[in-house]
Amino acid sequence: MFDDFFTRALVAGIGLAITVGPLGCFVIWRRMAYFGDTMAHSALLGVALSLLFNLNLMLSVFIVAAAVSLLLLLLQKRGALSTDALLGILSHSALSIGLVMVAFMSWVRIDLVGFLFGDILAVSEADIDLVWGGGILVLFAIVYLWRPLLASTVNPELAEAEGLQPERARLYFMLLMALVIAIAMKIVGILLITSLLIIPAATARRFATSPEIMAVLASVIGVLAVTGGLFGSLHFDTPSGPSIVVAAMGLFVLSLLPFGRNGETETAIHSTHGGHH
Amino acid sequence: MLRTPDQKPLVLMNNAGVRRNGRWLVRGVEFSISPAEIVTLIGPNGSGKSTTAKAAIGVLKPDEGWVERKPGLKVGYVPQKLAIDWTLPLTVERLMTLTGPLKGREVEEALHSTGIAHLARAEVQHLSGGEFQRALLARAIARKPDLLVLDEPVQGVDFSGEIALYDLIKSIRNQTGCGILLISHDLHVVMAETDTVICLNGHVCCRGTPQMVSQSPEYLKLFGSRAAKTLAVYSHDHDHTHLPDGRVLHADGSITEHCHPDDGHHHDAHAHDDHSDHDHADHLHGPDCGCSQHSRLQGFDTKETRRV
Repeated sequence: MFDDFFTRALVAGIGLAITVGPLGCFVIWRRMAYFGDTMAHSALLGVALSLLFNLNLMLSVFIVAAAVSLLLLLLQKRGALSTDALLGILSHSALSIGLVMVAFMSWVRIDLVGFLFGDILAVSEADIDLVWGGGILVLFAIVYLWRPLLASTVNPELAEAEGLQPERARLYFMLLMALVIAIAMKIVGILLITSLLIIPAATARRFATSPEIMAVLASVIGVLAVTGGLFGSLHFDTPSGPSIVVAAMGLFVLSLLPFGRNGETETAIHSTHGGHH
Repeated sequence: MLRTPDQKPLVLMNNAGVRRNGRWLVRGVEFSISPAEIVTLIGPNGSGKSTTAKAAIGVLKPDEGWVERKPGLKVGYVPQKLAIDWTLPLTVERLMTLTGPLKGREVEEALHSTGIAHLARAEVQHLSGGEFQRALLARAIARKPDLLVLDEPVQGVDFSGEIALYDLIKSIRNQTGCGILLISHDLHVVMAETDTVICLNGHVCCRGTPQMVSQSPEYLKLFGSRAAKTLAVYSHDHDHTHLPDGRVLHADGSITEHCHPDDGHHHDAHAHDDHSDHDHADHLHGPDCGCSQHSRLQGFDTKETRRV
């Protein structure tokens, strides 16, 4: 069915874009962009561990990303350093330990560029199954967790007081992030995962009137970016991962242009003239 | 009053204390809130009002003592600080169903009763401070809670809005019979409808019913006779001072390590339920009544007098 490498890339990329849209919204609502970066960087440590112990790559990346996020929670509870500084330490330590470990393993040669920037054109049918299977799992979980996650994004104490469990929702959210990073690494690479999370969600903000609409729009915009980026990379013979990010950025810049009637001016008209037809 | 003393309280706090980083934020808190009862916590900044409220509703676990809540207690909470990131598109209408589903009619009623029905479609980031406060209150009451917890609900609201909000809180209590825990940093003005005022300063300093001030000349002059029906002053006397090293200087000149309700220095430590007989209720204080109350009241707000 997907015998063409380009079709496979397109199907995998679209699956990933749909999955990360809602997660990306939470990343920007909760101001967790740097956190996403840290988890992604720690993926290289996962790569090294998988080579050392001959583990499944995706599983190993998932475990390391989840462990790093739990470590961050523990360090935050101690409250000595700011989250910013902790993230910087964790992020680059994990990345560097991974690189040092790989250097020690003289018997393996890895395609570092492939891990850092992804190789979507090399996805197999098994990868597609993983992307879509994992993606559907993540989306179901997000729908299930939507209310406690959104309420605790607005105010964790409010959510707690009114019977939702913000701590549990946050833990599940981190596990979902780790899963998405494990899935996305092969497609856009460690360094570009965060951009696929953040840029479509930020673009969607301009057009969204509710959190739910923004989540769906982020997925749609992500799909546009993946499609545009892949066709661009085919046409101009450019690396696919970065091309997708450039396409996403192009859409973001378009969303900044002052065209049409945007929500804010409409509200302003309503409030100045009172009743509006 | 709608109070029904034989009913089980919604929340019962027994000698509760919360400790953070080796410091007690608040200690020895004892009070209960019954259905249809309004309890107001007052005290200066950092006196543990919000901490006490959070311990009461289970957001914070007490490090000593215990807190008992009615099983299945439904809380409506208006936190003191709530900043919604601009990146989150949230209309007032959507805010209403943040923590649980509601019928469209329930949302409409709540917005109507808080006077912001016309703002249903507005994004919360575009609201003024007072409008946002009303939206938060509407959200809390729309879910028909057993216990409504309002942490400084009148902040950012102008004076006439403040009276309207207090009127609203009163009518919510009268209509729904829910218990209300109200937090105010304003020592002079608390709701006349408050059943119990609890003054905190790291612990319960004193408690009692608010005095009616409808006859008080300076309040009538300041707020007018209409407002005086809604507003009351809670006459206040601090019988001790917190020294910079954490020790406590009591009115009788003695110094102790802590101020705990059972240290014997608190004149009303064992009169918790005796709301009607507060020992400073013998006269209403005016600017020129000549007693030492006023300097103390003002001193309560400023750090200088506390430093001694």
